[in-house]
Amino acid sequence: MRPIEIFTQLLELIAALAAAPLFAGWINQCRAWLQNKSAPSLWLPYRGIRKLFHKDAVIAERASALFRLTPYIVFGAMVVAAGIIPSMDTRLPLSPVADAIALVGLLATARVFMSLAAMDIGTAFGTLGARREMMVGFLAEPALLMVIFVASLISATTALPAITEHLATQTLGLYPSLAFTAVAFLMVLLAENARIPIDNPATHLELTMIHEALLLEYSARHLALMEWAAALKLFNYACIGFALFIPWGVSTRQSAPVALLASIPLLAVKLAAAGVILALIETVSAKLRVFRAPEFLATAFLFAVLGLLVHLLLGA
Amino acid sequence: MTPTLHSPLDACLTLLALWGLIGLAGLVRPTSLIFVGRTLFPLSALCSAALAVVALVSLGAPPERAVLVVGLPDLPVHLRRDALSSLFLFLLGAASAGISVFAAGYFRRGHGTSAGLLCLQYHLFLASMGFVLLADDAYAFMVAWETMALSSYFLVTTQHGLPEIRRAGFLYLLIAHIGAISILLAFGVMQGGSWQFTFDAMRSARLVPTWATVAFLLALFGFGAKAGLVPLHVWLPEAHPAAPSPVSALMSGVMLKTAVYGVLRVSFDLLGEPQWWWGVVALTVGLFSALYGVVFAATQTDMKRLLACSSIENVGLIFTGLGLAVVFRGVAMPGLAALALIAVFYHSLNHAFMKSLLFCGTGAVLHSTGERNLGRLGGLIHRMPWVAWLTLIGTLALAGLPPLNGFVSEWLLLQAFLFAHQVPKTFVNMLLPLGAALVALAAALAAYVMVKFYGVIFLGQPREATLARAHDAGILERIGLLWLALGCVALGLFPAQVVGALRIVVRQLAGVDLPNPTAPWWLLEPLPGRLASYSGLVFFVAVTAVVLLTIIAVQLFYHQRVRRAAPWDCGFVRLDARMQDTAEGFGQPIRHIFEPFFAMQRELPSPSDRAPRYRVLVADRIWQRLYEPLGSLVQRVADAFAWLQQGRIATYLLYSFVTLVVLLAVVL
Repeated sequence: MRPIEIFTQLLELIAALAAAPLFAGWINQCRAWLQNKSAPSLWLPYRGIRKLFHKDAVIAERASALFRLTPYIVFGAMVVAAGIIPSMDTRLPLSPVADAIALVGLLATARVFMSLAAMDIGTAFGTLGARREMMVGFLAEPALLMVIFVASLISATTALPAITEHLATQTLGLYPSLAFTAVAFLMVLLAENARIPIDNPATHLELTMIHEALLLEYSARHLALMEWAAALKLFNYACIGFALFIPWGVSTRQSAPVALLASIPLLAVKLAAAGVILALIETVSAKLRVFRAPEFLATAFLFAVLGLLVHLLLGA
Repeated sequence: MTPTLHSPLDACLTLLALWGLIGLAGLVRPTSLIFVGRTLFPLSALCSAALAVVALVSLGAPPERAVLVVGLPDLPVHLRRDALSSLFLFLLGAASAGISVFAAGYFRRGHGTSAGLLCLQYHLFLASMGFVLLADDAYAFMVAWETMALSSYFLVTTQHGLPEIRRAGFLYLLIAHIGAISILLAFGVMQGGSWQFTFDAMRSARLVPTWATVAFLLALFGFGAKAGLVPLHVWLPEAHPAAPSPVSALMSGVMLKTAVYGVLRVSFDLLGEPQWWWGVVALTVGLFSALYGVVFAATQTDMKRLLACSSIENVGLIFTGLGLAVVFRGVAMPGLAALALIAVFYHSLNHAFMKSLLFCGTGAVLHSTGERNLGRLGGLIHRMPWVAWLTLIGTLALAGLPPLNGFVSEWLLLQAFLFAHQVPKTFVNMLLPLGAALVALAAALAAYVMVKFYGVIFLGQPREATLARAHDAGILERIGLLWLALGCVALGLFPAQVVGALRIVVRQLAGVDLPNPTAPWWLLEPLPGRLASYSGLVFFVAVTAVVLLTIIAVQLFYHQRVRRAAPWDCGFVRLDARMQDTAEGFGQPIRHIFEPFFAMQRELPSPSDRAPRYRVLVADRIWQRLYEPLGSLVQRVADAFAWLQQGRIATYLLYSFVTLVVLLAVVL
């Protein structure tokens, strides 16, 4: 393990922790602009987290230790995930530990713990949220795995840094198979991060919520960790998308150490663009009924399979 | 032959004989729970642990044989222990050690069969499974196989006073025998005209491809009936809940694996060179079973039925890997065949531990509450913390989450699928990635099922007032659960070591191997060269480190004040236990999405009903479409023949006379 590797690893972790709420704030700001509202401050998510950390935690009488432990586990899972995804540099000492499939497993672990914690209190909303979250999860996970499979087949590896390096150095600009899977990935990203059209992060309307229903009983520092973890999850998904579909500019072991300096602002540009696109999608689309979610995610799955077939048939 | 402990085979036989003796000893004082439960079962667990150790040590030893001169004259029993036998003997020993300790605390007064008789049946079951794994001729194999089926039948019908349990036992016995006939026919084909029924003769018999195919398909059908492959799965959801929990654990965790052993033995050892398309058959059946099982598990409302359906899923995944291995072997891709076989072995081991753990966990819940129905449980994490937290490990493992063991075998299976695109058959090439997608779907659904299972039993509010009196498991039960949970954790954290041991088996069984690993000891890298790697241990350490750091940071920088209050629930105050999601509610999205899988009957109340009743019945389409017509056909044929039975002696004498005349006419 060379010093530069340790440095890039820490840099990625700290950047993810620090920038995730900013990314969430940026999306909110863009959406407000697009909807002709006055935008909240870019720093509002940070202030929210800080405020929550200072409050007294109110916990339901019936809550078990699992309920109190879950925010830490979910947060820990998201941080480790951020350490695996090559967002700026592919020299990550942590990445051999978990490849892309393990990354999907890690995200699933966080989801299962959140759902279990939501069931722990035994409220109607909590169990309803857990059921819906797991439903979206089991529909989205195969689609996400198929997306990763296409990229893995193209680069003959499931290690994310190796995929990124391979795709970044290809002469062919864009694979048709990856174009299909990019659409699939975007749909999975929207569903998994509780965004329109599957869920609406801006509402607490009881009958439609999924993600918020899981967090209803959390308060103070537990809620802060959960919200931070949600922001990290969105950040991680965005970075997976960059790693698979726009890998250019990520510094690799071939590039000079100075290249890292260029990849930091490049990531910021990518994130800013992604934020605009996400805000645009949320502005122009409406939320689907819960039972349309399977159709939406089945479409995502179909796109990923199409990408796979295109790759296998045409070799592209 | 005097047993000497010089060779592992002798040691194994001695331990199997000891099991038999322990079983017989149960008859000395059959009603004494202290003697049978607290003395014999822990002793038997020691035997199991010893068997696991012997099997593990002998894994790399060259195959050895023995001939026991028992039974019919001129038909000695041939035994052989090789790496494959050792592996499954290890599985048997390691899993049954935990289950027997659990059983020591589990069996109480009030079951139908007396404790001593139960002890005999239980140990006969264990020993016969051991003999199945060691048998080296068709006679010995079938005798052991049938002993296994019969002893487990008696165990399933422990509470034979209840009609539904007798019915479940009958169904199990019926399908076990249909399977046994098929296995017998497979052996008949495999002897290849030599009329020698030793496995050695079968290995050297060179069958023409057609007959080899017939033998494989018969074996797949026969062993598939024992393993619970769709459409022969119908006995599993009936028999597993009927049996006492430790027996369900043994049947699901260990006995299903003897069927996997059988298919492996036949296809890779006895038949020599498998043909690639056999693999496609096994793969298709396996994938369908996996999906079918998990979808049904999601709609179950009885906790043991749910686990039984999940066993169908896991067996399906095992057969998927097996089919993949046969395909790779058939098209001469040794590295990938080894990878797929390792995934099969790994998942068999994993399933033995996690499913036994969960069945024992449900046993503890059943004892404490007297309820198997998910609709009457809930909130048990407060009353039964030991059972709840240990079961959580099994739940997460079965959901296929890292860093536990279930994930590792699914990871290996997916890796095998991922590199399957190099298979030189275009059509298979197209279909294999879709298989990977189905495996991913089944794994994701398994997580759904496990959240339902754990959440409804252990979390939330108690759904019945009586649950407030639930008590935690006793010390022996805790030790049993702990042993199985530790197995899950160890298999998850040290995958490279486990794969290293499994490579020995794969090498000896199929003559294929993975490339030599170049990775450090903590990293699992089945196909070297930066293709794919995973480390359960470092993964676990990393997540734990972040979690601990976060907890410490929060403690350092912020206060730790906590207030307990009523649940918020959006300000709703009159919350009660009936407002939680039920098991039926949790299954509703699955029923909605996978509607064609089920035969559903719904009774919806109209808005003006005085006493509204909502009822939904979910049934197995295969039962209605396949088994019920078959059953009625058999019934009709039997009815037609029943006409012969006139009940008058004169008629019967007439039958004899007519038969005699006809025979005479034929002969003359």
